[in-house]
Amino acid sequence: MEPYYSKKLIKRFSNPKNFGLIKDADAVGSAGNPKCGDIMKLYIKTEKKPKKEVIKNVKFHTLGCAAAIATSDVICDLIKGKTLKEAAKVSYKDVMSELDYLPAVKKHCSFLAEQALKDAIKNYSKNEGKKSKKK
Amino acid sequence: MKKEKSKIYFDYAATTPVDPLVLKSMTPYFSKKFGNTVSFHSFGQEAKQALEESRERVAEVIFAKPEEIIFTSSATESNNLALKGAAFSRKKGKIIISSIEHSCIIETAKWLESQGFEVVKLKVDKYGRLILEDLQRKIDKKTILVSIIHASNEIGTIQPIKKVGQLIKKFNNKNPESKIYFHTDAVQSFGKIPINVNEMNLDLLTASSHKMYGPKGAALLFIRNNTKITPLFHGGGQELGLRPSTVNLPAIVGFGRACLIAEKNSIKENARLIKLRDKLISGILKKIPNSHLNGHLSERLPNNANFRFDFVEGESIVLQLDLMGIAASTGSACSSNKLEPSHVLLATGLKHEQVHGSLRLTLGKWTEEKEVNYLLKVLPEIIKNLRKISGNR
Repeated sequence: MEPYYSKKLIKRFSNPKNFGLIKDADAVGSAGNPKCGDIMKLYIKTEKKPKKEVIKNVKFHTLGCAAAIATSDVICDLIKGKTLKEAAKVSYKDVMSELDYLPAVKKHCSFLAEQALKDAIKNYSKNEGKKSKKK
Repeated sequence: MKKEKSKIYFDYAATTPVDPLVLKSMTPYFSKKFGNTVSFHSFGQEAKQALEESRERVAEVIFAKPEEIIFTSSATESNNLALKGAAFSRKKGKIIISSIEHSCIIETAKWLESQGFEVVKLKVDKYGRLILEDLQRKIDKKTILVSIIHASNEIGTIQPIKKVGQLIKKFNNKNPESKIYFHTDAVQSFGKIPINVNEMNLDLLTASSHKMYGPKGAALLFIRNNTKITPLFHGGGQELGLRPSTVNLPAIVGFGRACLIAEKNSIKENARLIKLRDKLISGILKKIPNSHLNGHLSERLPNNANFRFDFVEGESIVLQLDLMGIAASTGSACSSNKLEPSHVLLATGLKHEQVHGSLRLTLGKWTEEKEVNYLLKVLPEIIKNLRKISGNR
């Protein structure tokens, strides 16, 4: 019988590297709600490089179970250094495969991570739109 | 009791280790005294005698007569037999339960509802104590049975069973044509705190062996004489025909032995547990900001402590504790297979997000003070770290 949580998940959960706040984040994405229990927040800071803009830093705050914390940590690593266009292609499947497997009832935690990311990207575009209007 | 080094068990409400003396009492009944209790020969008679001795021992714990005890395989089975058995014997009517019953009562009641019986749930206050006026309002001539858990498996709150019994007795005296049965699920309290089925006016009571240092696979249903119960199984007539099937004698012998030990030790052991429990409660509430006690401060099982912590999720706490070698449990939705938060904590008026951060610690015979101290040392750190991750430091 395989353990309920994978070794990789336990490692991520017990020692997450990416939690914290980015005060001057360019975008914040969130997913979940207090009723379901898990609340996930992603903070994204971008950097303009010649010809492209990449995600320089990303952090999370998650109130949730071990799976929610681990998927949050994973999605941060998965999008760091990517352009927003590349990041938008990252899905829950990528998150799951980084953790080897998730218990069936915890698959929604990887959906949450994807939703938080999509929300951050959406908010980034909104923020950019406002900025360009100001100009 | 040998324990794996550095592992600490704070989940005695889930199940308990078998007392070595209990195990020893069981051993002869596997291969040496293996007879079937219904056989006429000496093997059978030897087994029958052990069965009846065990029946006397468990009956004594609750001041029942031995012939009023039926052995079953589990508390789930006993609770099913009590509710369905009473309902089927009456054909139609109303079943009253509390809103903080164990799932085996709730699910049985739900099923009976699907079969045409009326099911009514009683409210509890914020400590999980039954609101007696609610029972007074809902009890009527259609009522077949009232089933109230004696002590909550989750929050440890002890119900005023004697008062409930008096209320039902009063109603029955006024309405002699239709007797309402009174059942209690005493799984968490049996062998731990005093129970007297006569003083409590109980007709039915459920208890289980594995919650009180006996083996799994043995439980009982007390059925007061003249209480009409329709059996769920039909077969060879064992257990007065109410629970036919070859009895699990080794487990029943162990159950009986566990009762003997409990009767001898419970007063002293309770005093010790209450001291440890209260140290745990005051320590946690003092050391951890934004922490709260679930359940009643004094009207609670000697071995139960249940908390909730703001800004953290219970499964995360339980897993962190497990990684440190400490076994505990939570009512958080995340830890349940159905992803549903504890109905008990919700019934006490807590919101989903409050139930989310709950932690149950239950103590037992082999809990030592140094283990409580260790928990008080590591838990504040765990909560602090999880709050950093949730962004609520």
